[in-house]
Amino acid sequence: MATATKETGNGNGALKYVGTRPWRPDGVDKVTGRAKFGADISLPGMLVGRVLRSPHAHARIRSIDTSAARALPGVKAIVTRDEMPEVPSQWVPAGEVQVNYRDMSQNVMAREKALYDGHAVAAVAATSAAIARQALDLIEVDYEVLPHVIDVREAMQADAPLLHDDMFTQGVEPAPETPSNVFKKVYFSTGDLEKGFAEADVIVERTFTTKPVHQGYIEPHAVVASAGEDGQCEVWCCTQGQFTVRAYCANLLGIDIGKINVTPSEIGGGFGGKTVVYLEPVALRLSQLAGRPVKIVMSREEVFRASGPTSGGAMTIKMGATRDGRMTAAKAWLAYQAGAFPGSPIQPGCMCVFAPYDIENAEVEGYDVVVNRPKVAAYRAPGAPISEFAAEGVVDELAKKLGIDPAAFRLMNAAKEGTRALYGPKFGPVGCVETLEAARSSEHYRTPLGPNQGRGIATGFWFNIGGESCATINVNEDGTATVIEGNPDIGGSRASIQLQAAEALGIPPERVRPLVADTSSIGYTFLTGGSRVTFATGMAAIEAAGKVVQQLRERAAKIWDIPVDAVEWEDGYARPSGSNAGDFEPMSLAEIAAQAGKTGGPIAATASINAQGAGPGFGTHVCDVEVDRETGRVTILRYTAVQDAGKAVHPSYVEGQIQGGAAQGIGWALNEEYIYDEDGRLENPGFLDYRMPVASDLPMIDAVIVEVPNPNHPYGVRGVGETPIVPPMAAVANAIENATGIRMTDLPMSPPRLLAAMDNGGANGGA
Amino acid sequence: MTSLRYEAPETVEDAVRLLADADGEARALAGGTDLLVQLRTDLVRPGLIVDLKRIPRLMEVSANGAEIRVGAAVSGAVLGKSEAVKAAWPGVVEALELIGSTQIQGRASLGGNLCNGSPAADSVPALIAAGAVCEVAGPGGTREVPVEDVITAPGRLALGPGEIVVSFVMPKPPARSGDAYLRFIPRTEMDIAVVGAGVALTLGEDGVCTHARLGLGAVAPTPLLVEDGAKALIGTKVDDEALAALAAAASAACNPIDDKRGTVEYRVKVAGVLARRAALIALERARSNG
Repeated sequence: MATATKETGNGNGALKYVGTRPWRPDGVDKVTGRAKFGADISLPGMLVGRVLRSPHAHARIRSIDTSAARALPGVKAIVTRDEMPEVPSQWVPAGEVQVNYRDMSQNVMAREKALYDGHAVAAVAATSAAIARQALDLIEVDYEVLPHVIDVREAMQADAPLLHDDMFTQGVEPAPETPSNVFKKVYFSTGDLEKGFAEADVIVERTFTTKPVHQGYIEPHAVVASAGEDGQCEVWCCTQGQFTVRAYCANLLGIDIGKINVTPSEIGGGFGGKTVVYLEPVALRLSQLAGRPVKIVMSREEVFRASGPTSGGAMTIKMGATRDGRMTAAKAWLAYQAGAFPGSPIQPGCMCVFAPYDIENAEVEGYDVVVNRPKVAAYRAPGAPISEFAAEGVVDELAKKLGIDPAAFRLMNAAKEGTRALYGPKFGPVGCVETLEAARSSEHYRTPLGPNQGRGIATGFWFNIGGESCATINVNEDGTATVIEGNPDIGGSRASIQLQAAEALGIPPERVRPLVADTSSIGYTFLTGGSRVTFATGMAAIEAAGKVVQQLRERAAKIWDIPVDAVEWEDGYARPSGSNAGDFEPMSLAEIAAQAGKTGGPIAATASINAQGAGPGFGTHVCDVEVDRETGRVTILRYTAVQDAGKAVHPSYVEGQIQGGAAQGIGWALNEEYIYDEDGRLENPGFLDYRMPVASDLPMIDAVIVEVPNPNHPYGVRGVGETPIVPPMAAVANAIENATGIRMTDLPMSPPRLLAAMDNGGANGGA
Repeated sequence: MTSLRYEAPETVEDAVRLLADADGEARALAGGTDLLVQLRTDLVRPGLIVDLKRIPRLMEVSANGAEIRVGAAVSGAVLGKSEAVKAAWPGVVEALELIGSTQIQGRASLGGNLCNGSPAADSVPALIAAGAVCEVAGPGGTREVPVEDVITAPGRLALGPGEIVVSFVMPKPPARSGDAYLRFIPRTEMDIAVVGAGVALTLGEDGVCTHARLGLGAVAPTPLLVEDGAKALIGTKVDDEALAALAAAASAACNPIDDKRGTVEYRVKVAGVLARRAALIALERARSNG
């Protein structure tokens, strides 16, 4: 309802609650331990489920013998490929990526082959964890071990071990006649690349690699599933999207959507990694077979071996610029590991690679490649951090060669309103220039550095999305309100929706209780991802509030016996619109609510929207490092992250998103990687050796919010959750280059790699 | 179904008898910061766990004129409050305090850290540098074993069935002594040493080094006592030349593996760097202990 803001009298310039920092509605429960996470759910008669996982990176499953396990007292159900329906290939959009139900089915339970170390091959439900564990030991799987491939470039070779013999590269003319591990080719171009490079005075070309990195959420995947004798199914799980879980379970198990109700728990981090299913269909199938509820909770080792991560990539970037600092041409070749099934974020990686810049001539070529690793899942701005890390390194090197300040060089070429992106559309109002200017003019950027210290700057871009959302607002009889929505709160979205609803209703946020509902209690709402919730579900809440306000005006009109057009809504009160309308004392929302029964019944409204016009997000980060030349250790001394939030609904949680993205990006830059042995087994499935940063590894991340309003949202909101993970890897690499003169092109820039590069006099880190 | 028996004896003799008499795998439990994790991840499935924390002798810290005795199960949090040990062997205390988080510090002990048998145990190189000797109790009575002789291979100890480490005995250092332990980890906390180096040294009145010991961790199948490291320092004023020789001796002593925590090349180089840096801290401490 486009008039919602007008009716509330709150133009963007005079927001009362949006932009303030009240306590988050879920905060007390989370810090006191009262909040219920996935593993906290228990039901009477519940069984313990455990999953048997392949110890091989690539193996044909000749047979699975479950007879001994089935004979074990206490074992109530076993699921293998034989108990799971065979699902046909079908691609469906899932936010920023596409998913295929056949692949998803084979990922949750291996069919002909186990395709990575950790791939599920069987699951057991038993009366105790000890019995379930013992039952797993009794399941005999006959594997024919096959050659495997872990590295993306090796997987692209003609003689590489083939994961899927029916995979013929899409997007290539003529269509290949032999199968390969390359699922598809993506290609974009604009302008005349040759002409662009001919105009350039300086050209830089570099090859980069990044490693797959895990989202690293603290809470492992957890589910309780209960299938009733009447076919009605209940699922409680830790997810970013209860409606997605419902659809995936329905499609994988052949159950009507209407027979499944999914209730999301609180979520201990997701970052994109909980937009898919691993355990839910398996637990539900076990429950169907056992006739009892089944709970499965992953161990951390299982999380690492079988869930997430995002792709690793191999990239070659070539860019040219004129002596006066104009970028004339850019070319990118990108190959992303998808894991065992196709569907890496290569498309967004290609779309984002040069997005911060206005470049006339550009070409991007990308490949989606399967390897014997866990299937990748979304991770904050999926695909963008990988390609933009590479591009921002080349941009930095160009600036250095041209003798231009790296922030100034970026500003000279920065995308702005009207810039046509490589992938097609023209940008509306965007904040690329504003974040660069804020970074360049910061005190941080001008502070002198000491010996062995360096400073790096990098800019990042992410689209953000909108999509389908519902919100219901119920006005309670005492004048408080409940806003019901369908997005699990992974980043403070309860607070941002509460504030937007409060703003639109004109009542204080503490009188508006946000509630995340199960799939039966609210209309379809797409998952929490794509930085969409505060934007899209916020708009649904604003629209529902507008409908509520309309009802409140009608009730006041009825009480006063004047036309509804003569009642206006301002700051939580109905008022006669002018002296002609009559002389009545303003009525508060609470006063109207108290009389609701006499004036027409409960006051409530629902809005269901497909939000369009998500505002793209730009961020610029500045990082200072100190390099220990004897050990290769990099210490992050200072970090400033600037981002355009459009309008920061709750600035503290926007800052939290910016800080969190920077922290994860620093881990990606410095230490995080999967280490496989020669048999393709993961050697570091735990936080001890999968080295995410700990608090003491990081300085305080200074978050700076700039606000270039998104014209497509009543309050100007843009998504903020993903953009902040895009710039850090390049910011750190550029800072290391500034400190040492060495351009590190391979992530992670861990101490052994950096020391080796310094000892070798400046070449690559080496993979 | 396998069962797990838990015992918490109150005397060394009872603990030794329980462990010696066990049929099947038996494990001694100190802080449990390794054992409980191994249990939870199915790495070990013992039939008997003998908790040593109710035995007073394993939980005491004492000092007399000649030596300092630290019970094998004394936690890092407790040892960190011992002024006597901190004054005598700050490097040992710091090494134990590097292990894990604040919560882990309430449990982690020198005895557990040693008897887990890891070549990367943080406190072990510092104990080796300090010249610590283990008091070992077993079915055949009590014996003394230098710390550097306890770990014989990763996860393997020079302890017989039923033998437990009761306490660590360190000499009271003479005047102008200092020790230090440094480890390299890619992070700042919550990690396992890629390289660890402990140095203890004593200076004469003229500033010439009269005694030195160098312990290294994570650079060989077992923690090392590096005799050549001591030779590099003794008789010198611990100047740049001596420190370079110490670093070279440390690097030369390494016999590491490439693994998920570091490469051979990296460990060899950083062992020298850390030995030198630890020696500089020990030197500073020795000079201020005049």
